[in-house]
Amino acid sequence: MAVSAALSESGAPERTADTLLARLRTGDEAAHLLTLGFAASILLIAGLLVWELFSNSVDARRKFGLDFLLTSKWDPVAGQFGALPFIYGTLITSVVALVLSVPLGLGAAIFLSELAPPRISDALTFIIELLAAVPSVIYGLLAVFALVPLLRDPIQPFLGRVFGFVPIFQGPSYGVGFLAAGIILAIMVVPFIISISRESLLAVPTEQREAALALGATRWESTWHVVVPYARLGIIGSIFLALARALGETMAVTMVIGNTPQIAASLFAPGYTIPAVIANEFTEATSDIHLSALIELGLVLFLLTIVINAFARLMVLATTKRGTTHP
Amino acid sequence: MKKQKRLVAGSVLAMGLLAWSLPTMSPAEAAGTILINGAGATFPFPIYAKWFSEYHRLHPDIQINYQSIGSGGGIRQLLAGTVDFGASDVPMTDEQLKQSKTKVLHFPTVLGAVVPTYNLPGVSKELKFTPEALAAIQLGTVKKWNDDVLAKANKGVKLPANEIVSVHRSEGSGTTFVWTDYLSRVSPEWKAKVGSGASVNWPTGIGAKGNEGVAGFVQQTPYSFGYVELIYAVQNKMAYGSVRNSSGTDVKADLASVTAAAAAVAKNMPDDFRVSITNPPGKDAYPIASFTWLLIPGTIGDPVRKSAITGFLQWMLADGQKMTGALSYAPLPKEVVMKETGAISRIQ
Amino acid sequence: MTHHYWRKLVNGLMFSLTAACALTAVCVLFWILGFLVWNGGRALNLDFFTQLPKPPGELGGGMANAIVGSAQIVLVAAVIGIPIGFLVGVYLAEFGMGSFPFFVRYTADLLNGVPSIVMGIFAYAIVVRPLHRFSALAGGVALSVILIPTTIRTTEQFLRAVPRTLREGALALGASKWKSIATIVVPAAIRGVATGMILGIARIAGESAPLLFTSFGNQYWSTSLGNPTASLPVMIFTYAISPYADWHRQAWAAGLVLLAVMLLLNMGARVVLAPGAAHKT
Repeated sequence: MAVSAALSESGAPERTADTLLARLRTGDEAAHLLTLGFAASILLIAGLLVWELFSNSVDARRKFGLDFLLTSKWDPVAGQFGALPFIYGTLITSVVALVLSVPLGLGAAIFLSELAPPRISDALTFIIELLAAVPSVIYGLLAVFALVPLLRDPIQPFLGRVFGFVPIFQGPSYGVGFLAAGIILAIMVVPFIISISRESLLAVPTEQREAALALGATRWESTWHVVVPYARLGIIGSIFLALARALGETMAVTMVIGNTPQIAASLFAPGYTIPAVIANEFTEATSDIHLSALIELGLVLFLLTIVINAFARLMVLATTKRGTTHP
Repeated sequence: MKKQKRLVAGSVLAMGLLAWSLPTMSPAEAAGTILINGAGATFPFPIYAKWFSEYHRLHPDIQINYQSIGSGGGIRQLLAGTVDFGASDVPMTDEQLKQSKTKVLHFPTVLGAVVPTYNLPGVSKELKFTPEALAAIQLGTVKKWNDDVLAKANKGVKLPANEIVSVHRSEGSGTTFVWTDYLSRVSPEWKAKVGSGASVNWPTGIGAKGNEGVAGFVQQTPYSFGYVELIYAVQNKMAYGSVRNSSGTDVKADLASVTAAAAAVAKNMPDDFRVSITNPPGKDAYPIASFTWLLIPGTIGDPVRKSAITGFLQWMLADGQKMTGALSYAPLPKEVVMKETGAISRIQ
Repeated sequence: MTHHYWRKLVNGLMFSLTAACALTAVCVLFWILGFLVWNGGRALNLDFFTQLPKPPGELGGGMANAIVGSAQIVLVAAVIGIPIGFLVGVYLAEFGMGSFPFFVRYTADLLNGVPSIVMGIFAYAIVVRPLHRFSALAGGVALSVILIPTTIRTTEQFLRAVPRTLREGALALGASKWKSIATIVVPAAIRGVATGMILGIARIAGESAPLLFTSFGNQYWSTSLGNPTASLPVMIFTYAISPYADWHRQAWAAGLVLLAVMLLLNMGARVVLAPGAAHKT
């Protein structure tokens, strides 16, 4: 076994091992310091990242101040940069993604954790978690060639005809736009919602379920009225995590958002998101202020995702801890 | 101990691999091949790709890697010093030239045309576009394909009542500059409202990346309208219309009409080769044509690089010009070629 | 009686509805696979794996340099990211009590959530700008900063899962802490740790956004880490938004290859190496 092997090794002296052993006696210190050093490097990397974002965006921040977040004009020629269309686009596409993916994801998670037989649940979960491994650019590929033509005709015109009285379904149908980006984002974040919600639901102690069933509840009632509320923090956490992912998604969104910095009420309209504009304009920001503005957008996105992620992890932690430290 | 030895050996190997690659991280490449990096316009990308590929075949030790990211990108990366040369269809402005640490020289390479391309299912006849129609579509004042402005010039063609889905460039583009430069000359309203530039505030339409992106979008979207360099429409068998020039003739972009567009300027080329040929005089001239330039630093420190670049320029002005026609670009006028050959010596 | 019937009805209905949700999610994966296999499979040929890209408009060519380029960039990222991630994971698992480790853990989690495009900006600022060139190194650095947090997390997770008894046994027999970690704890957790590393590498191999302005692109073989390098995800992006039918065909083929690698790595890691211990982030 591993332990006895270690013994016999240290029992057999080797020429090099001698000096090595001598150093190893203080090795604990060395090991501690070595790993500590690397751990500190993480703080260094994070600090450097934040510093680079701040220092490279200083020109734009000084020039536009808080107005940067409130202006909607993005005009590289005139040197006017306002982040509002991108913030709007980023938020809208994420909201659409959540609206589509949360019911689906939660339903699937409930099924997989509560209502399905364990073997089927494991197999299906395995497959769904594989979805999370699909690279963004492949989702983009599918979005461009499969989703956009479908949206352009027949889906969006249909929505326009039937629900056209609602502003979000008005206007010409290009295929690309907020809706296309929202749908592909929904597909991308669903595995995360399912996976983490399922975990949170599984962490609920069986006693809770059994208590409900003992009181005469059906499986569904026990699930919906007892288990889900118990796990709600984790579920909400999963939604926030999904949101954070959706906000930062670049490639798939860039390919179908329409690249138009505008704020429009209709989901059929083309728009722009923060990651998409950075991806498109970074290499050709002709003026320093343009580059600075793009990096400031990156900073905004960074701060936004940090806050949401931190929040989300807190919730997931709270729920799984609660489940496992049940007295 | 064995496991530790393996771990140590493994990390030594990894370090060794990294160390081995470190020397090769210097710009001087392995085994005598030179890699020259360039970036810029998508307008001439097909001919540049062909040239660089052919030049590499003739000189296997020289690799010219060109990334088509748009003219704005070419200028930007050249100024940032991350590429060895840039490419642009819009000449650098004086301000941009001032930003550069070294002098930047413009070398025209080919003549190309920007054509109005469209996707109209069911319309097989070629459309004729007047300057007013083009400006109106881009301004958004004409919204449907069967608008009077278009119908007038296209009698006998049944234009559908669908909305025009217009697409433009989302990034800084020389092609946009040529297009908007033309629109500014022919439409006072456009000049006042939008103006010309590599990047403008489009009143309407969707953004796409590169000539490739615009062509791709128009190709896949029915009832769409965009502006692309001629070769993109030709290679992908997309419909493109003729444009009415300053003499009132409806001219379709081709080698002859593009060459005619440069005729007036050819004999009076400025020394720095920066010039615009949109809406030129001449009854056969295509009104939306342009030179496109390679942006070469005036001083190249590394002699190997310098000779590779100057060698390519010389080849480009001689043999390279013969290859342009096959890709629908017009070769440079003889006078320009002569002037340029002399200008190569300006590269120090 | 009818109320009881109604509750049973709802129960059955919800069962079906939620099952439908789960099935839909599963079907999406098969839809993706189907599309890629159908479009990509037809496009895949030997040329794809052996040829360099051709100029636009010319038929044929392949993405051989992009495949190798991706491997180069991922290798750089792994060489930088795996040792750092592993050692920090060891630190957090073995010496991880107190406020400093908490801080480190928190920071690693934060880094995990940073969008990949922002990592691209970071690598541009610290590698591309000072060196004045786009390079595989810059791309690798960008990807490594994405790899490190996931590696830390999984390493710590699996090291912590090693039972105390093993550690205490080693210590009781006189091994130093260092030795017990290196020879007992790590080997006991190696399966899970390796799984985490493979999953991390699989994730960064598919990243495209951070490479757009770090490793840039190259039509030729990249002979050095200091040169711009083609990569499979970026090629897919470039080709997909172009108008050339042949490029679309190649984009599908590339997508299929990329997805196949992703899925194989993921499935292999989960099934073979650490049955039942797989976890996502």
